Amino acid sequence: MTRNESSTHTLLRFITCGSVDDGKSTLLGRLLYDAGMLSDDQIEALQRDSRVAHPEGEALDFSLLTDGLDAERQQGITIDVAYRYFHSSRRSFVVADCPGHEQYTRNMATGASHADLAVVLVDARKGLLAQTRRHTYICTLLGIRKIILAVNKMDLVDYRQDIYTSICSAYESLAEQLGTMEVHALPVAALRGDNVGMRSENMPWYNGAALLELLETIDVPLSLGVDFRMPVQWVNRPDPSFRGYAGTVCGGSVRVGDEIMVQPGNQRACVARIVTADGDLQLASFGQAVTLTLDREIDASRGDLLADAVRPAPEADQFAAHMIWMGDEPLLPNRGYWMKIGTRTVNARITHIKHKVDVNTQAKLAALRLELNEVGYCNLDLDQSIAFEVYATNPTLGGFILIDRLSHATVACGMLDFALRRATNVHWQHLDVDKRMRAQSKGQQPHCLWFTGLSGAGKSTVANLLERRLGSLGCHTYLLDGDNLRHGLNRDLGFTPEARVENVRRVAEVAHLMVDAGLVVLVCVISPYRSEREFARSLFAEGEFVEVFVDTPLEECERRDPKGLYRKARAGEIGNFTGIDSPYERPDSPEVHLQTQAMSPDAMVEKLVAQILPGSRQ
Amino acid sequence: MNTLFSHLDSLEAESINVLREVAACFQRPVMLYSIGKDSSVLLHLLRKAFHPARSPIPLLHVDTTWKFREMIAFRDQIAAAADPPLMVYINEDGVRRGISPFVHGAAVHTDVMKTVALKQALDKYGFDAAIGGARRDEEKSRAKERVFSFRNTQHRWDPKRQRPELWSLYNTHVHKGESMRVFPLSNWTEMDVWQYIKREHIPLVSLYFAKSRPVVARDGALIMVDDDRFVLRDGERIEQRMVRFRTLGCYPLTGAVESTASNIDEVIEEMTRSKSSERQGRVIDQDVSASMERKKQEGYF
Repeated sequence: MTRNESSTHTLLRFITCGSVDDGKSTLLGRLLYDAGMLSDDQIEALQRDSRVAHPEGEALDFSLLTDGLDAERQQGITIDVAYRYFHSSRRSFVVADCPGHEQYTRNMATGASHADLAVVLVDARKGLLAQTRRHTYICTLLGIRKIILAVNKMDLVDYRQDIYTSICSAYESLAEQLGTMEVHALPVAALRGDNVGMRSENMPWYNGAALLELLETIDVPLSLGVDFRMPVQWVNRPDPSFRGYAGTVCGGSVRVGDEIMVQPGNQRACVARIVTADGDLQLASFGQAVTLTLDREIDASRGDLLADAVRPAPEADQFAAHMIWMGDEPLLPNRGYWMKIGTRTVNARITHIKHKVDVNTQAKLAALRLELNEVGYCNLDLDQSIAFEVYATNPTLGGFILIDRLSHATVACGMLDFALRRATNVHWQHLDVDKRMRAQSKGQQPHCLWFTGLSGAGKSTVANLLERRLGSLGCHTYLLDGDNLRHGLNRDLGFTPEARVENVRRVAEVAHLMVDAGLVVLVCVISPYRSEREFARSLFAEGEFVEVFVDTPLEECERRDPKGLYRKARAGEIGNFTGIDSPYERPDSPEVHLQTQAMSPDAMVEKLVAQILPGSRQ
Repeated sequence: MNTLFSHLDSLEAESINVLREVAACFQRPVMLYSIGKDSSVLLHLLRKAFHPARSPIPLLHVDTTWKFREMIAFRDQIAAAADPPLMVYINEDGVRRGISPFVHGAAVHTDVMKTVALKQALDKYGFDAAIGGARRDEEKSRAKERVFSFRNTQHRWDPKRQRPELWSLYNTHVHKGESMRVFPLSNWTEMDVWQYIKREHIPLVSLYFAKSRPVVARDGALIMVDDDRFVLRDGERIEQRMVRFRTLGCYPLTGAVESTASNIDEVIEEMTRSKSSERQGRVIDQDVSASMERKKQEGYF
């Protein structure tokens, strides 16, 4: 009988936690060797490398197998998570190995998201360390419920049972503190192979299984959710007679004839067929990639959730969630990000960082922003309701990533904890008079002209002239000036990056209301970040938002210095001053680019009038 | 979090999920079809993923003009089936320059006829996602590769700019000109591939099975004499040996292994017994140490 041929041969994904000092590489190498997974050329290479590393010794140094990554690190090549594969006669294994100390939280979270189980290594001589707590915390955060505690280097403590027992009981109380989970402990000596591939005779007091046997036999939960859930990934329409919803079942199971609901929303239908390339099925369960057809025409598309109609998923647009920040730039509250959850992508903002968590002590700390590798507990606000589950119930419907809208980098992962109640209680009030009617009564097209540029660039000057000109043309206008708003609406905000983001968000929302009222709104704010200008743009309909880049070189602004602010900033009297010690991100493709040194104010005004009132230049 | 199915079922479902994600999220995806066993598995999965529709993702073969003749014949059958359609791209500039692995060496040949050709093809057709059959267990630098691997506008792989990949949530966003290489078989091992081929009765090029073939022993490898372009060195002679191939590529750069395994059961049996790693037979990988890492950065798969 060949290896892994049988249909009962299963897959276990696990992560190893511990540093090289704990003997992690040795343990992993030994495990591969004992499972018979090393090829002849690998063993030869290992023998060669071992002789070089230890000229006097005969034994194989298993750490050299997986420490190949160290060489890459020395070459300046980034290693974050490496995946290794091996199998025994009973199971196939995928091991996520995170060698780095830098960026450890990010890498470990990534590895843990792919794991059913974690092997936590502890050096018997040292007992539990700060990192043991950190590793266990991150595993718990990512929902790993089973942990194998491998107390390593037992040979160096003379295989003493009392040492092993005291480490086990200390760890169990730690695990209990961090949340309920199942701990399987075993004593090993990876270097000698005690209790790795085979049970050791050196520790007769231990009756349990060796590590390999434990990994082969340990039960892993089939599925956390019991109610049927399947996000629509792709709509299959080969011809007008067939419309199938392709996806992977991420909770429970579904049978032909079951009633399902399309969420968000409440359209219902019954499953007509469960289609696969190997023939139709009667039942599709957790983990299967299938295509469902329904007994009636309904409107479902990618991103929708097909769920048990009797027990549908909750829906909400505001959440509390744990997040791990993975971006090089910090998380700024109120900046907009794309949030991908299941197969759906929505716009999301972090409205509030309730606290960040020290990964070593789990202490809750106040925070205004989250930096790379920090864990935070945050409130999120989405631009639409989604069907979800809390992460602990269903990781597919409760786990998400945030994507930077400009760089497209993955900047965070998160785990939904619960929906905030106000989301379901505050309803959008339907109003009879809409923007179109309000605009019609004023006889104009509402617009938002967004003037961005350095302090002293001339934004207010041009906007002021433009408003007068528009007034003479019979337009209903309003000018929102950033400085003026800081005396009232934004009085509580300073000039840190966080405050600037919030400042622009408020101004954008007010401008949005005024455009909704049918006005032509002129906004003058430095708005130094592209992200926030993009956020502002996203609030408006196509063609409504006009980004006006008032482009005056820094030297010229500084020379003009109408409010004496540059002088103060240079003298260090005010901090976070745009252009001096705070960045200005130039617009890439503004609708209107005003190079103030090359144009007269009147010419600029006429250019803007032409932009929003085509054909009005008499 | 799944042990309900066999490990092959889990791997199949995961790969289908990845393929569907590509179809749903990219404007112009393509699958790079290399005629080998991994490509055969990928093609099988591609057909399964979109059943009963035909795969919306076409196939592209980058032909270096030095593939085994049997491979080309096999490819032409796949092209004739047109399920899905298959395009062939050749770097004609390289052909005009007469690039040959015998004359220019493995590194130059691979760069011009494979890496450069691939980039030309991706640019020509404007593909924003290219699916490949690479597996993480093949080679050390691939162990850390993402399933969705980001490439900049020059098709370069920057290990520092790879996106963290959690759960099965893939960040598929790219700007115009940037692209993604996608590896649905990332978590498969060589043995999984063979087991799956057996289970699903996937047709393969017969070069994977032992037969008496004309070979030359060169630099520790057995190179098959596939056509009259083969340039014999002094002292070399052609001999008939029972050999098969574990991986397929350009015939002058692909070492055969001596074997009597002439069908899939025997191949699996042989793999279980003998243990040498798969890419040993590939001359290109041994050319420069850490070569794969470097080639990846230059835009090779």
